[in-house]
Amino acid sequence: MLSFVAILIDGVVYASWLFVIGIGLTLIYGVMNILNVAHGSLYALGAYSAAWLIGQYFLLDYPAAASYLLILIAAVAIGVIFGFIIERGLLRFMYDRDEVVMVLVTYAVFLILEDVMKLTWGVESYMPYQPRYLLGNISIMGLPFVVYDLCLVLLALVVGISVWLGLNRTRPGKLLIAVIYDRELALTIGINVGRVFTITFVIGSILGALGGGFTAPLISVSPGIGIEIIVLAFAVVVIGGLGSIEGAAVGALIVGFGRAAAVHLLPQAELFVVFGVMTLVLLIRPHGLFGRAVLRKI
Amino acid sequence: MTHQNRTVWCLTIALILLVAVQPVLPGWAVNMIAMSLSNGLVVLGLMVIMRAGLVSFGHGLYFGLGGYGTALGAVFLGITDAFVLVLLGIIASTFVGFVLSFMIARYRGIFFALLNLAFSMLLFGILVNSIVLGSTDGFSVPVPSYFGYVPSSAETRVSFLLYGMICLLVYVSTLAVHRYLNSTMGYIGEAIRENEVRVDYLGASVKQAIMVKYIISAILAGMGGACTVLLIGHVTPEDTVYWTRSGEFVFVAILSGTGNVAAPFIGSAMFELVRTYALQYAPEVWQMLLGATLLLVIMFLPSGLWSLIRSHDRKREQT
Repeated sequence: MLSFVAILIDGVVYASWLFVIGIGLTLIYGVMNILNVAHGSLYALGAYSAAWLIGQYFLLDYPAAASYLLILIAAVAIGVIFGFIIERGLLRFMYDRDEVVMVLVTYAVFLILEDVMKLTWGVESYMPYQPRYLLGNISIMGLPFVVYDLCLVLLALVVGISVWLGLNRTRPGKLLIAVIYDRELALTIGINVGRVFTITFVIGSILGALGGGFTAPLISVSPGIGIEIIVLAFAVVVIGGLGSIEGAAVGALIVGFGRAAAVHLLPQAELFVVFGVMTLVLLIRPHGLFGRAVLRKI
Repeated sequence: MTHQNRTVWCLTIALILLVAVQPVLPGWAVNMIAMSLSNGLVVLGLMVIMRAGLVSFGHGLYFGLGGYGTALGAVFLGITDAFVLVLLGIIASTFVGFVLSFMIARYRGIFFALLNLAFSMLLFGILVNSIVLGSTDGFSVPVPSYFGYVPSSAETRVSFLLYGMICLLVYVSTLAVHRYLNSTMGYIGEAIRENEVRVDYLGASVKQAIMVKYIISAILAGMGGACTVLLIGHVTPEDTVYWTRSGEFVFVAILSGTGNVAAPFIGSAMFELVRTYALQYAPEVWQMLLGATLLLVIMFLPSGLWSLIRSHDRKREQT
C-alpha cells in the first residue's frame, strides 16, 4: 500500500517534469515539423544559467524566495536569445529540407551548444540546492516528500493550461492551429508563417529552458545532462504522438508512472520500461497515441 | 575501363597498399587505419539504407550486438579464434536485424529513425543493468588467436594479423556491397527513395527490398562492432549502443556521402584523423567542430565528400 502511494506520487511528479520538457518539443514539431534535437541543449542551457544565477544570488543577502523568479527569468532569457538565434540564424534557411535532414541540422546545433556550455561554465558541476531546501519536506501517509518536487506538478499544470489556453482561446493561437493544419493554406489567407515559426520556436525554447531551470535544484548540473534528457523527451512525445499537446501529457504520465513503478518494484528495469513503452507504441500505433497519420505521397 | 570496374581495381590496389605498408607504419597509424576501417563498415551499412532514403538513429544497436557477441564469445564461451569471434558478432547482429526487419520495413522518415533509436535504447537499458556484463563499465576482451597462432606479448595489441583480417573483411564486404548496389535489387533502393508507390506498381516489393537492405546494414554494423571490440580489447554500453554513438555513425555517413562504396571509409578515416588531432590540441571545441562541419556539409555539400571526387572526375572527362 505504501509503495503504491509512493509510486503514485513519484509518478505524478516525474510525469510533470517530463511534461514541462516534452511540451516544447512537441509544440515545435507540431507547427514546424522539426524534431528538435537541440531541445536537449536548451534544457541544459536553462539548467546551467539557473544554477549559475542561483549560485551568485545566494552569495548576496537578498530574500531567498526570489530565487524562483530567477529561474523563470533565466529560462525566458535563454529561450528568447538562443531560440531566436537558432531559428532566424539557421533553421529558416532550411525549411524546404526533408524532416530527417532537419533532425541532423538540429543535431549539429546540439553538438555546437554542448561545447558552448563547456566553454562558458566549465566542466565542474553546479548544485543549486537552495530553492529545493527552502520549501522543506512534507509527510504524506507517513512517507516523506520534498515540497519542491510536488510543486513541479503545479508548474506542469500552469504550463499545460497556459499553452492550451494560448492555442485555443487566443487569436494568435488560432492562427497557429491554422498553420499546423495546412501551412500553405494559412499562407494564402494572409498569415505570416515565417513569424509564426519564429514565435513558436522561441516559445518552445523557453519551455525547454524552463524545464532545465526547474530541474537544476534537483540534480547536479554538469556537462552531458542534455544528452540523456533528449532521448527521454523523444520517448515521451513519440508515445503521445508527435505534435500533440494532449499526447505529450499522456506520454509523460505513461512514462512517469512506468518509471516510478520500475524504480520501486524492479529498479534494474528503469530505462528498459521507458523505451519498452516507446517501442511498443511505435509498433502498434506508429504515429503515437494522439498522432495524426500522414498520407503517402504519390 | 567502365566506372564499376574502376572501383573494383581501386579497392584491390588499396587493399594491397594498406597491407604492404603496415610493417613500416608507426603503431598509432596502424591503429587509426584499422579503427577507421572498422567504423567505416558501420557507415557502409548506413549507406546501403540511405540509398533507399532511410536514416537510422539506432545502428549503435547492431554495432553493439556485434561487439558484445564477440566479447561474450571470448570471455564466457572461451573461444579464442578471431575469425570465429567476429562470426559470432555478425551472427548476433544479423539475427536481431532479421527479426526486427519485419517490423521496421513498414516505417519511413523520422519514424524509421526513431524506432531504430528506441530499439537501440532498449539494448542499452538491458546492458547498463547487467551486473554480469560489468554494467556501464563493460568488460575486457583477451587477445584472440588466429587459426591456432597466438600473437606473442611482444607484439602490440593491433598485430599484423588483426590488421590484415580487418583489411580483408573490409575488402570482401565492400566488393560485395558494390556488386549488390549495382544489381537490380540495389538500384531499387534509389527508386524507393524517389517514389516508392511507383516501385510497387512496377511489380517490385518495396517491403522486401527494404528488409534486405536493413539486414545487410545490420550485418555490416555487426562486423564493424566485432572488429572494433577486438581492436580496443574492451566493450562498454556507452561506446557501442548509446544514441551518441549512433549519431556519430550518421554524422560520418552524411560527411562521406552515398556516392560510392569507398566513400564511407574515406569519411571514416577523415573523422578518425580529425578526432585524434582535435582531442589532442583542442578538446574543448571538438564537438563544436563536429557540429559546424555537419552544418557546412548539409548546406554546401549535400552529397558528402565523395561529390568532391566526382566533380573532379567530371572536369577531367570534359577536358
